[in-house]
Amino acid sequence: MKILSDLGVIIGITLMYSAPLMYTSLGGVLSENAGVVNIGLEGMMTIGAFAGATVAYFTQNPWLGFLAAGLAGGFLALLHAIACVTFTADHVVSGIAINFIGPGLSIFLTKIFFDGAAMTLPLDLNHKIPRPLNRFFSSISISNPILKKIFNFLNSIFNQYATVYIAFLLVLAVWFLLYKTKIGLRIRSVGEHPRAAETLGVNVYKIKYLAVILSGVLAGFGGAAMSIAVISNYRAALISGQGFIALAAMIFGKWRPQGAMWGCLLFGAAQGLVVHLGGTDLEISSQLLAMLPYIITLVILMGFVGEARGPAANGVPYEKN
Amino acid sequence: MKQNRFVITVISIILGLIVGAIVLSIAGYNPRVAYGVMLRGVFSNPKYISWTIIRSTPLILTGISVAFAFKTGLFNIGAEGQFIIGSLVATLVGYFFHLPPIIHPIVAILAGCFAGAIWGGIAGLLKSKFGINEVITTIMLNWTALYFSNFVVFWEPFKRLNRDASERILDTASIQILGQWKTSEAGKAFLKSNSFLRDLLNPPVNFGFIIAILVAILIWHILKNTTLGYQLRAVGYNRDAAEYGGININRNIILSMAIAGAISGLAGATQVLGVSKETAILATMEGYGFDGIAVSLIAASNPLGCIPAALLFGGLKYGGSKLQPTIGAPIEVINITIGVIILFVAMPKLIELIISMKGRKRGVKIEDSK
Amino acid sequence: MNNIDFDIKVIEMRNITKKFGDFVANDNIDLIVHKGEIHALLGENGAGKTTLMNVLYGLYEPTSGEIFINGKKVEVTNPNVAIKNGIGMVHQHFMLVDNFTVVENIILGMETTNKFGIIDINKATKEVEELSKKYGLYVDPNAKIEDISVGMQQRVEILKALYRGADILILDEPTAVLTPQEIEEIIQIMKNLTEQGKTIIIITHKLKEIKQSADYCTIIRRGKKIDTVRVDNVTEEELASMMVGREISFKVDKKDPEIGEVILEIDNLMLKDNRGLNTVKGLSLKLHKGEILGIAGVDGNGQSELVEGLTGLRNIENGKVLLEGRDITNLSPKEIMESGMSHIPEDRQRRGLVLDFTVAENMILENYHKGPFSKKGRLNHKNISKFAVELIDKFDVRPRNDKQMAGALSGGNQQKVILAREITNDPEVLLAVQPTRGLDVGAIEYVHRYLVDQRDRGKAVLLVSFELEEIMNLSDRIAVIYDGKIVDIVDGKNADERTIGYLMAGGGARDEAK
Repeated sequence: MKILSDLGVIIGITLMYSAPLMYTSLGGVLSENAGVVNIGLEGMMTIGAFAGATVAYFTQNPWLGFLAAGLAGGFLALLHAIACVTFTADHVVSGIAINFIGPGLSIFLTKIFFDGAAMTLPLDLNHKIPRPLNRFFSSISISNPILKKIFNFLNSIFNQYATVYIAFLLVLAVWFLLYKTKIGLRIRSVGEHPRAAETLGVNVYKIKYLAVILSGVLAGFGGAAMSIAVISNYRAALISGQGFIALAAMIFGKWRPQGAMWGCLLFGAAQGLVVHLGGTDLEISSQLLAMLPYIITLVILMGFVGEARGPAANGVPYEKN
Repeated sequence: MKQNRFVITVISIILGLIVGAIVLSIAGYNPRVAYGVMLRGVFSNPKYISWTIIRSTPLILTGISVAFAFKTGLFNIGAEGQFIIGSLVATLVGYFFHLPPIIHPIVAILAGCFAGAIWGGIAGLLKSKFGINEVITTIMLNWTALYFSNFVVFWEPFKRLNRDASERILDTASIQILGQWKTSEAGKAFLKSNSFLRDLLNPPVNFGFIIAILVAILIWHILKNTTLGYQLRAVGYNRDAAEYGGININRNIILSMAIAGAISGLAGATQVLGVSKETAILATMEGYGFDGIAVSLIAASNPLGCIPAALLFGGLKYGGSKLQPTIGAPIEVINITIGVIILFVAMPKLIELIISMKGRKRGVKIEDSK
Repeated sequence: MNNIDFDIKVIEMRNITKKFGDFVANDNIDLIVHKGEIHALLGENGAGKTTLMNVLYGLYEPTSGEIFINGKKVEVTNPNVAIKNGIGMVHQHFMLVDNFTVVENIILGMETTNKFGIIDINKATKEVEELSKKYGLYVDPNAKIEDISVGMQQRVEILKALYRGADILILDEPTAVLTPQEIEEIIQIMKNLTEQGKTIIIITHKLKEIKQSADYCTIIRRGKKIDTVRVDNVTEEELASMMVGREISFKVDKKDPEIGEVILEIDNLMLKDNRGLNTVKGLSLKLHKGEILGIAGVDGNGQSELVEGLTGLRNIENGKVLLEGRDITNLSPKEIMESGMSHIPEDRQRRGLVLDFTVAENMILENYHKGPFSKKGRLNHKNISKFAVELIDKFDVRPRNDKQMAGALSGGNQQKVILAREITNDPEVLLAVQPTRGLDVGAIEYVHRYLVDQRDRGKAVLLVSFELEEIMNLSDRIAVIYDGKIVDIVDGKNADERTIGYLMAGGGARDEAK
């Protein structure tokens, strides 16, 4: 029965850690399906984490914080779009710039708003993103020991922040958008063959702008899912590499939303395992454990990605005649 | 074309500084005062100049590392991890090996380079054998390097008691200039009477800067004048044509990443042997590698250009560190400024547009850059 | 001819000029097209035909000039305006999204959706099927573009235009990648369309097809309009001389070959394409000294893979390649080159040249590691430059500057750089793939002369081309490739186009029992 409760904890942690990655990874899916490589996800996620924590702190409303995070991410993404789409900048270089500006601006503003401190003040627990099923689980009392264990198991899996559920809904939404709607068809067409889309009267620039800005909004959400759900404030090293990991998850998922989701879950699971093992009295260095998710990602990329191919015109600056 | 590129870089830097000023004034700081503080913070004392150079040295090297890989069409985001591994191994050799002076630092530096080369080479191997994008692998390797370094520093014979750092390297391994002499009686006496030299030598001035300049020249020479450089550039510009011409693509990708890794490893080694003397336990990235990417982008991937670009970067960072204590402005304005500079560097079309608009206003016809 | 309504000028372009920087692509061109007409635009590569049509379709904005559609002046600022005015364009390089289905490609930009923007794929499929039935353009609506034949891709392109209600169809080099039989088919389709009231403008440099299909022909030379003529009133020769501005002979002057012993032997070769599908399926061929052996075939029958296999750029799955009796199967490109094979690649910008290298650096692409260009790993810039200048003079590369970036040269001069480099290697076997693609007549003659010269010096040339005319003019023997195999070899002198066309379309291929 110990196994059951351990498993529940691991799955729970996995979901919690995967959610921020999933938002960001979905952002990557949108942007790169429209042909814009978005290595700036990291910076967009960071500014989302900052904006989310700050606005939630001052308004005492996590949802306003969440929205602000999307706006902030979208704003940085707009810069990326202007550079990559209008001025045909190298996408990776522009992304690197975003990764300087995003974190720089975040801590700069944190220090301005919080009297020189390098972190935002923590939110009250009841001002964080709520756990919708918390009340459901806490309202039930069970006496049967086996049922109770099962109930605890379910509790550790499903008693998640709302952002976790939204992340999964967004996977579905992005999938639907990309593969079932007019906008989606156009997004994919400009990522594959922008010239063809243009000859059919599709406004390539507009579509690319749309996709890139949406990707920033999603990455911003991802940052907030970290700063106002997983923990309760923003600080300097909060987002350190998750944006890149989300990018790796997207590649692992072959540029598809559902694939990206699996990639994020996998990384989250590695993370969950590490957190869990760290809490046991297993004689493994926590530093070695911390390496695990990255090494697992590498190994999996080795095994799976070889033949994967992104959108044909991904990363190629498109110039109208 | 080349000159044009230079002009674009200079204009980008100016625009970046202007945006930095705007950010400062919106936040309620007088940008003129702030930039004054920064300028004085770099130039008003020989000590500060020494510090700026010391701060810039690793950035020159990581910048060259990124630039070199870039010439082969590879994006070395892994300079950070290669730097970490290079410093770790240099510290290990500097502490555990007992060798005579001169020999000791050389061995430690070579070991650091070698370790960095392996770290970079792994990414090259994964790219050539499995086709995994080096951007992803190097990012993963950065984090792996960080935790691996921490793991080794936690190793009992290596960890310093009650400190979150390793043991310090032996004096024989140091590459500080006049390091021993400075603390000797004769040195102290001499420096007492010569305030300029005293200030200049007060920071850990070391041979790293000279090494970095030599490496810049060497890499520039390799790229321009050797068959190796020819191959690497051919692969970078057009992989298919290089393959057609009989050049072994996979070998060159691995080689390029290994050399880039060696340079970043060298950066880590010089930092340890010349400045920090130890490897600290890291909570997060220190950013030498990421800053190197910025340096390389500002230098347009020219190894020689990495020297002024890194000095600019180091100057901004060191001068910027004076902002908080004096006028209370957050130092992060420097990162914002650097990000904006890179963004402008990435958009030559925008800069050209600005130039031509200015030209038109003055009624001057700007010659087409083509 | 009897479909034409001379009262209706569907297109009238007046004084169209289009400049790219200092280069004048279209110089004051007038064009009138009547309803129901098949109007050919004839000109050499780079003459400005496609530019003119891109202007009409709104892909380029003209520097000056006016466009009237059905008598009404229209500012065609983007393709949407053209589409709205009933113009559709089928580009030479198909504008199809490879991993989209036929239907998705057709509806893109004009999607059949419900009011929430959700695509109604069933309805769209039905619409496409109806359209395809109406015009006799058979397609498989649910197949992905990457899985269908070139001929079907072309029909998809035409359907795309018709789906948008196009009355005027611009076809850019529609026959470039088709077999002679498919060409007849497309000509028939064009005639059917005019019977249904459509108007067609066809861009081409193939005289015979103009004679077969078009009513009127406008000839463009170096950006200027030369004339518009009634096709019935002119001969092919007259059209040709208007196109190039002088009398030209189509035949390449060459003496009889002195065919020597076998130099290259290809035995039962098997290769896969990039997607891992078997593409070359047991191909055997013998190439002799002193001959030009042409490989005729429609693009996509294994030619590219064959060439890459022979030159070491692609792994050979099975079979053997012998060069002068020596096994060179799966050796590295370098080793194969050093055993005496040179290669003029199909795509000179992707394979043949490093565009960001100077001409001099490109000249030593295969020999940079050898003396006198380098010694002990150090490049000798002086010798490299000297060598490059020699070749530039000998092969008349312009501009005469070895420090010029290869990317800044014209297509013809780029090809000369490759030719210079490859022929200077003095290869026993020269593999020339599409050596004249996109070149103008002068450059074509030049390249042909060098190939013939190579053969006259007793060397062997393996010529791969999708231009049947080029194959027929140059080859001493013609091997026809179909579905990854050589289906027949015919003597160059006695070959006739119909037979070869029949073979190219798989007519001679025996169905092997499965």
